[in-house]
Amino acid sequence: MFEIGLAHYLTVAAVLFALGIFGIFLNRKNVIVILMSVELMLLAVNINMVAFSTHLQDLVGQIFAMFILTVAAAEAAIGLAILVVYFRNRGSIAVEDINAMKG
Amino acid sequence: MIVQALAFYLFASIAIAAGVMVIAARNPVHSVLFLILAFFNGAGLFVLMGAKFLAMILVIVYVGAVAVLFLFVVMMLDVDLVAIREGFLQYLPIGGLIGIILLVELLLVLGTWIAVPETAAVAGVPIPPPDQVSNTRALGSVLYTKYVYLFQASGLILLVAMIGAIVLTLRRRDGVRRQSISEQVGRRRDESVEVKKVPSRSGV
Repeated sequence: MFEIGLAHYLTVAAVLFALGIFGIFLNRKNVIVILMSVELMLLAVNINMVAFSTHLQDLVGQIFAMFILTVAAAEAAIGLAILVVYFRNRGSIAVEDINAMKG
Repeated sequence: MIVQALAFYLFASIAIAAGVMVIAARNPVHSVLFLILAFFNGAGLFVLMGAKFLAMILVIVYVGAVAVLFLFVVMMLDVDLVAIREGFLQYLPIGGLIGIILLVELLLVLGTWIAVPETAAVAGVPIPPPDQVSNTRALGSVLYTKYVYLFQASGLILLVAMIGAIVLTLRRRDGVRRQSISEQVGRRRDESVEVKKVPSRSGV
């Protein structure tokens, strides 16, 4: 109970990841919250990476967590830019309307 | 040991509660604020695991940059708060089902999983003892030597993201007076000055 090991951290990460998936399904009208759910899932992945890095005493996990952080920041910037352009054109950010973009 | 356990449970429970509130809050602004709280507690978990540099980077990059970006966009887009919540209950069963299935699967994997004892011996870069080499120094000495190409590539990714975001959101609006330097420099004398003969004792 008071011995915090790898499994504890992995459990927290699993719960956060499941919350992210749940959020994507739940908020179908709001792309901003979907992007936030993706960020939550990436945080869970980072917790996994660092937990294994500590457990296996290997620094590479932390290095890759840093790269994941970089890509997540880039993804958030691009995603929000697309969202702004989309809102400017259509005046809505609901997921159901996005399939009208094709063609 | 007990302090560490208490800190872990504190950070973990607040992080999960904040995660729940991110997806359940009515107002997107509150969602962003709870996301910031979740990231702070994730940084706390990182500190508990000994990844101090990553914890600080998480706070700086996520709270300082990404979350503020989210906040800007949420406030800039004038979103109808009532319409946004429609269909929330409609997707609750299927979303909850998939989330719970995924969580149970992950926990089942966790319950039966064991590391092979040899894994510690094949570590790519072993973590040096923290009392001799700080976490930041150890990370830097690996990142700038063994992973220097990946480091440069991540820099390129950020550059592409920056250019992409600017190109996407840049627009030229009509009806705005702008300075056109080429037009200013390209002016001739004939089109801007006119010489008139003015007879004395009368106006132009």
